[in-house]
Amino acid sequence: MSTFLGMPTVRPHPADPPGAPLRWGPSFPEAAHQTLRDEQLRANLRTATRTIRDKRRRVTAELGDWEQLRDAGAAIKADVMARLPELLTELEANVTAHGGVVHWARDAAEANAVVTEIVRAAGAREVVKVKSMATQEIGLNDALAAAGIDAVETDLAERIVQLAGDMPSHILVPAIHRNRAEIQEIFTHRMGDAPAGLSDEPRELAMAARAHLRARFLRAEVAISGANMAIAETGTVAVVESEGNGRMCLTLPRVLVTVMGIEKVLPTFTDLEVFLQLLPRSSTGERMNPYTSMWTGVTPGDGPSEFHLVLLDNGRTRALADELGRPALHCIRCSACLNVCPVYEHTGGHAYGSVYPGPIGAILTPQLLGLGEEGGPFGAHDPTGSLPFASTLCGACYEACPVKIDIPSALVHLRERSLHPDGGHPPTATDLAMVGAARVLASGRLLRLAGWAAALVGRATGGRPIHWLPWPGSLWTRVRDVPGLPRRSLSAWWRDRQGWSR
Amino acid sequence: MRIAVFATCLVGTVMPRAATATVRLLERLGHTVDLPAGQACCGQMHVNTGYGPEAMGVIRNHVRTFAPVLDGRWDAIVAPSGSCVASTRHQQADVARRGGDGRLAHTAEQVAAHTYELSELLVDVLGVTDVGAWFPHTVTYHPTCHSLRLLRVGDRPVRLLGAVEGLELRDLGEAEQCCGFGGTFALKNAETSAAMVADKADEIQATGAEVVTAGDWSCLLNIAGALDRRRSGVRAAHLAEILASTRDEPWQGAAL
Repeated sequence: MSTFLGMPTVRPHPADPPGAPLRWGPSFPEAAHQTLRDEQLRANLRTATRTIRDKRRRVTAELGDWEQLRDAGAAIKADVMARLPELLTELEANVTAHGGVVHWARDAAEANAVVTEIVRAAGAREVVKVKSMATQEIGLNDALAAAGIDAVETDLAERIVQLAGDMPSHILVPAIHRNRAEIQEIFTHRMGDAPAGLSDEPRELAMAARAHLRARFLRAEVAISGANMAIAETGTVAVVESEGNGRMCLTLPRVLVTVMGIEKVLPTFTDLEVFLQLLPRSSTGERMNPYTSMWTGVTPGDGPSEFHLVLLDNGRTRALADELGRPALHCIRCSACLNVCPVYEHTGGHAYGSVYPGPIGAILTPQLLGLGEEGGPFGAHDPTGSLPFASTLCGACYEACPVKIDIPSALVHLRERSLHPDGGHPPTATDLAMVGAARVLASGRLLRLAGWAAALVGRATGGRPIHWLPWPGSLWTRVRDVPGLPRRSLSAWWRDRQGWSR
Repeated sequence: MRIAVFATCLVGTVMPRAATATVRLLERLGHTVDLPAGQACCGQMHVNTGYGPEAMGVIRNHVRTFAPVLDGRWDAIVAPSGSCVASTRHQQADVARRGGDGRLAHTAEQVAAHTYELSELLVDVLGVTDVGAWFPHTVTYHPTCHSLRLLRVGDRPVRLLGAVEGLELRDLGEAEQCCGFGGTFALKNAETSAAMVADKADEIQATGAEVVTAGDWSCLLNIAGALDRRRSGVRAAHLAEILASTRDEPWQGAAL
């Protein structure tokens, strides 16, 4: 007997069905215009990001060698990028030697086709998934659905996002934009097997999800995961997680498929000592994550008997070719930069219109999509081109990053790429204004003239604050005054005092 | 010491009181101060907005104006701005190099090595924390992001403020959180910037201080603008203005 569950009442965030996982919304300012109005979202984010931020600060401060660990992480990543091709072929050889199958995918379409074919060949109609940014990035779940395969996310927050028809808004805690009342509603209306009378008590919600997921773990023939790291030297792949859902997926099903961005490879097994310290402390603020799973190919009688590793490019070699943008590939997806970012804290992840939100998303997404390349996105008003501008360059992200990615410098570089695309473009009004401003700012004489003009206005306004300016000054005066202008210019003051030096 | 003051483009045009205060303070401490006429801007606004190539002329003018420091004309260059000093130290040479002007990059690096933010100059170079100032007000200090994270001025400004007679310093909550200015960010992402400065203004008002201070008038313009709009009664003063204030020449706010 089937029960009518009623029409879903929970709005998906964002409201429109997401198309491209790296580019689904309008430009950042337009998207932020929407998300900034959501007081509930801002309150959730404020509490959540500050809690994780404080936890991270505590557990990183207690390690005497934290800065050296960060240096080591940065150095290992720089080394990996310098010899990525040889490390990847080494990884392929070692995975293959241990009974795994390695596939190479240039883009999302190729990766999705490879995975779909593996699932089909296994005869499965349902697969269980470990939370994975790479499979989010390629829209794997939608691709599998189109082939009649149901992909079940098993990370609790990811499952919430999936059931709600949402996009994730945070790398680590993708349902950070949902509160427990919303989650209760999502479970009740969308889960299909939620217990009657489910409340919004966290424990009750977790138990409902547990029962719901357990049934799927036990019947799954195929599991799909991402990878936090893979060791070239041994062919070992590693996944770290908190809920144990990953361990279920990685051990119970007969077939395991791992989709991994090519930048996740590490040279040697001992490199893990660095990243297994950096990642959990930066990510969840834990000294050690509850579950660390590692496997090397297949082992008869133990775990999956078939293992496929899909190595995904999807724009990564493009980022690799850009010396100043390349450090974005060092990212270990800990999300520390999101939790310290004042912009993210106010706008939330959906404003970035990509599965990679926050500061790291603002430098990764544009590069994966070929910002400023011939035919690629560009311009401060484009959804992708606007991302590098979504920052005050305050530097909190750089300070928090466990592998010391200089995100502010990369943002500045990508702003330049966004405004100076290959092949050029007709100048915008802003371009012309900035060229004009550069003239003034390159001349002591012209700047003194500007100071003299400001003092004229200062005298006319009696040095009082200015409450209104025409556009684009209105962007400023809508919420701020312009503090009173001087009645006398600096040059006049100095001339009367002693005269300008030559 | 002979010290050249780089007023910065923003202070030079709309907030000269930070420059005049810097001059008066350094002269009071017994130094010879110069305000080189050719000075304009360090190029930061253009570079940070994505107009690096267009900033070449701006950087060239700055380096040319202050290059005499290398011939001993001045012993040091000081700017009442953390972010402009950070730009000379961390951006100018890179931009010049990418623009194909290796010589400019080299000179920019040398000039930057003689350039200090005000609290750095006072504490590290001149070796003073008590500058003999008098400022009978309650004050809260906002550590601007670039002073904090690019220059790492640390507690220098607070030590300077702590030695000011009559000044009562109030701790600012979430002090290290950006005020939302971000240069052209305030216009390009006006609504996000507004939400950020609202939080900053809340925290400042919660301290109950009469005056908010910082080492950058750029951030202060944003903060003071929001506080003025709210009729908060909190006034803004650059660190230099507080340190320049004495019983004989007390701080007068906007007057010049």
